[in-house]
Amino acid sequence: METSLPHDGASAPAVPAGAVLLSQRRVYILPTGFGLLFALTVALVLLASINYNLSLGYVLAFLLAGLGLVAMLHTWRNLVQLEVSAGRTEPVFAGDAAVFQVLLVNNAGVARASIRLETAGALATSLDIPARGSSVARLHLGTQRRGWLKLPRIRVYTTYPLGLFRAWSWVELPLRALVWPQPENGDAPLPDRLPGSGEAGAGGRGTDDFAGMRTYQPGDSLRHVAWKALARDGRLVTKQFAGRTGQHLWLDFMLLPRAMGDEARLSRLTRWVLAAEAAGHAYGMRLPDREIAPGEGHPHCNRCLEALALYRLQGPKG
Amino acid sequence: MTTTDALPGAPRRRHAQPVDATLDAARVLALLATLVLVLAPHAAEFPAWVSVTVASVLGLRALFAWRGMGMPPAWWLALLATAAALGIWSSYGRLYGRDAALGLLLLMTCLKTLELRARRDAHVLVLLGYFLLVTGFLYSQSMGMAAYLLGCLWALTACLLTFQREPGRAAVPEVMRTAGLMIAQAAPLMLVLFLLFPRVQGPLWGLPLAQSAAQTGLSDTMAPGSVASLSLSDAVAFRVDFLSPAPEAKRLYWRGPVMWDFDGRAWRTGEALTTPAPVLGNVSEPLRYTVTLEPHNARWLFGLDMPAQRLEGSVLTADHQMLALRPVRARMRYETSSWLTYRAGLQESPRTLQRALALPSDYNPRALALGLRWRQDYPDPRNRVASALRMFGEQPFFYTLAPPLLGRDSVDEFLFDVRRGFCEHFASSFVVLMRAAGVPARVVTGYQGGVLNPVGGFLTVRQSEAHAWAEVWLQGEGWVRVDPTAAVSPQRIEGGLAAAVPADSGLPLFVRTDNALLKRARFTLDAIANGWNQWVLGYTPERQRELFQRLGMPKASWQGLAAALAMATGGVVLVLVLITLRRLRIAAPDPVTRAWNTLSAKLAPLGLARRPQEGPMDHGERVANALPAHAADVRRMAHLVVQLRYGREAAPEALEELRHRVRAFRPAPRWQRRVTTADGHPVTG
Repeated sequence: METSLPHDGASAPAVPAGAVLLSQRRVYILPTGFGLLFALTVALVLLASINYNLSLGYVLAFLLAGLGLVAMLHTWRNLVQLEVSAGRTEPVFAGDAAVFQVLLVNNAGVARASIRLETAGALATSLDIPARGSSVARLHLGTQRRGWLKLPRIRVYTTYPLGLFRAWSWVELPLRALVWPQPENGDAPLPDRLPGSGEAGAGGRGTDDFAGMRTYQPGDSLRHVAWKALARDGRLVTKQFAGRTGQHLWLDFMLLPRAMGDEARLSRLTRWVLAAEAAGHAYGMRLPDREIAPGEGHPHCNRCLEALALYRLQGPKG
Repeated sequence: MTTTDALPGAPRRRHAQPVDATLDAARVLALLATLVLVLAPHAAEFPAWVSVTVASVLGLRALFAWRGMGMPPAWWLALLATAAALGIWSSYGRLYGRDAALGLLLLMTCLKTLELRARRDAHVLVLLGYFLLVTGFLYSQSMGMAAYLLGCLWALTACLLTFQREPGRAAVPEVMRTAGLMIAQAAPLMLVLFLLFPRVQGPLWGLPLAQSAAQTGLSDTMAPGSVASLSLSDAVAFRVDFLSPAPEAKRLYWRGPVMWDFDGRAWRTGEALTTPAPVLGNVSEPLRYTVTLEPHNARWLFGLDMPAQRLEGSVLTADHQMLALRPVRARMRYETSSWLTYRAGLQESPRTLQRALALPSDYNPRALALGLRWRQDYPDPRNRVASALRMFGEQPFFYTLAPPLLGRDSVDEFLFDVRRGFCEHFASSFVVLMRAAGVPARVVTGYQGGVLNPVGGFLTVRQSEAHAWAEVWLQGEGWVRVDPTAAVSPQRIEGGLAAAVPADSGLPLFVRTDNALLKRARFTLDAIANGWNQWVLGYTPERQRELFQRLGMPKASWQGLAAALAMATGGVVLVLVLITLRRLRIAAPDPVTRAWNTLSAKLAPLGLARRPQEGPMDHGERVANALPAHAADVRRMAHLVVQLRYGREAAPEALEELRHRVRAFRPAPRWQRRVTTADGHPVTG
């Protein structure tokens, strides 16, 4: 999971992630409904023992009462001193589920079991954390609109070991996912290529200029992998070129009919970006407030999608 | 590192497979097996159809779980529940009352397993299991039962634990260990509550039913052979703790039923006289002791001859019998005192003396004639007593556990024909002779002797020590104990039954004295049983009061008791909290990790701090890419960390080098750094 994401700002948490320590003061604990039923059972055992003068019944009732108390301590300990911090998120298209990774670090010498995380709109997920270890929880949140999706306040809770008590704590993590516009479903063809116009800063005419090597990034076209270098020293390296020949594909918001509406136009551009990237074209994008010079490759694609996702939206820029 | 994805919402279908993922077959089967363990002790107490129903329903549910089959619909369950209730009603004639209600509870518990679909149902079943543990104690509170039900408690708790885990995550040994640990941690709290929680004397409602099994023990009738049959039982009658050294064996006469009325064959206690109050001319200091009496389904409370203290909740009759107000059906403990040297009944009323002379005239003519001759020969009643004892001692009388059967005139046949008998024969015929000779006399039954347990320091009196003796009333001396058995077989009185009868007479194991090792083991077991009875089963409100007295709170108010309880509980909880917190303490990192953390801290301003899930190699590579100027240095440090942590042999120089490099490491500030590739952007972590 380490290398699966491009580090292009949009996918890493925007705010430095401060880990949240679930200190004693932040952890609340209350009996569950089952815990109250358990208390009732203990009371009944005690009543039966008194009525039938069962000395061992007293022993049982008091042992169960002690067990309840011990369970409370264990439940509390299961959660307290746990460190919760923001993991990563991957950008998703609107309509897909955004995955928020939440990292749980256990610095204590005891394992934590059945720690559950839930947040508005996400199903609870349960995980175990070994002693002096960590686990990553993934919260799946459905998305509808493009833009930034902030992870709502999370409730971290546990009922382990006996389910008699629930200890919980609220955690607010600076974690947000970029939601790209949903790609259009239609089949409108890509616009015609235009001869490279002067404003493409990175472009040069003529042959492809070999500009250098860099470490392979997922998403780099396989056509540009330096296979010889791989054979030589076993490292995946991508050849980089300063300019691309030929004509540039311009994806222009303003050229789409106004009648479509903004969101539909963004959806179509989204599909075009994906199609152009898949076809290996160099492409640029023009939005009313922004222009992205032609380019290709995963980072470029991401930049375009991000621009589409955040078009005319308030909020912090990635 | 483990990761979990939230489960997509499973469609909920009724009457289908268990909805809850925590209810996989393994866990359901474990819960069912535990319930079988919990229910098993009840099997013998209920009609066979109840046990068969419970067993088959649980078996059916196990089959469902095993084969992954769906559960029967709700109307099926309603039908079964109604049938169960009807069955109980036809067996008991009602649905309430202890046994009927308990039978219904057992049936409903097993029917509930057919409804076991979600974790909530499993929870309810575990609670039912916890409750059924206490009902198991209705039948037996022995140590074995306690250990068995403790095991059940452990298993139930382990079941409960597994239901809090995701499927496949909890290994059986781990769950058992955690459950055991929790029960062990609960034990000190249990002890504090057991000792200090205010005890209330039950019952709160209804009366516990009389125990069905008849207990062995002395009764209000004594016929030839009744005591002899008792002496074949080594059941414990009672145990005695003397507060001072125990008296010698020949003085240990434990007084029980006193027999007044003779019908020619059997003796009866007849009407118990509560008035006048018994008068005892005390000659010595009273002897104080505590008796723990086993239930014997009769009212007698046994005390050493001569008891003179009326206990709370009992009656002391004119002939010094201690009678409880109700038959003793549960083990009870009482402290009393006796006078070993006494003058009893010096001023006996003529009516009482008349009763002590009554004899049926048409039985035992030879005995009556002998008594009459003594009366004429000896004007002093003391001489009549002496001549009877002389007769037993000089003529060939035998003390035996297996006396021949006697006919209509049993006293005559015994005295003049067979001359072989057990203590009741001697006592009975002695009293008949005395009454015929005009000396008021009565038969006293009870126990004689007892075995001092060297392990526990208490005296155990068993049914095999049952005995019968006589009392005669003499002018100026009152009632005097005369034991004719002692005249025939002094060993019985001084050395116990085993010394008095031949070795092959089929005595209970405990009475035989031959095997020292066996004897020792038996003593130890008996001492443990006594401790269990005294401190666990016999911990009554009185016992609790005693404890408070010993703790220096003789008349503690309820506030004082509540404070003591709160303080003790609080203390135990505090210790538990400290233990809990101790395990949370964060371990200090090793030197390698410390060095690496320092490096990470130095890189943090550049946004190159180690990410929590990053290993040293990954981190080093990322930093090396971001800071080409330091690439070699950083890669070397990462290599050292890996070598020190995972390498086969870690050299001390390696650690030294790592520390040195980390200390010397000075990454260039941000503005001096050449931003190179897409990799170089600031990364948080």
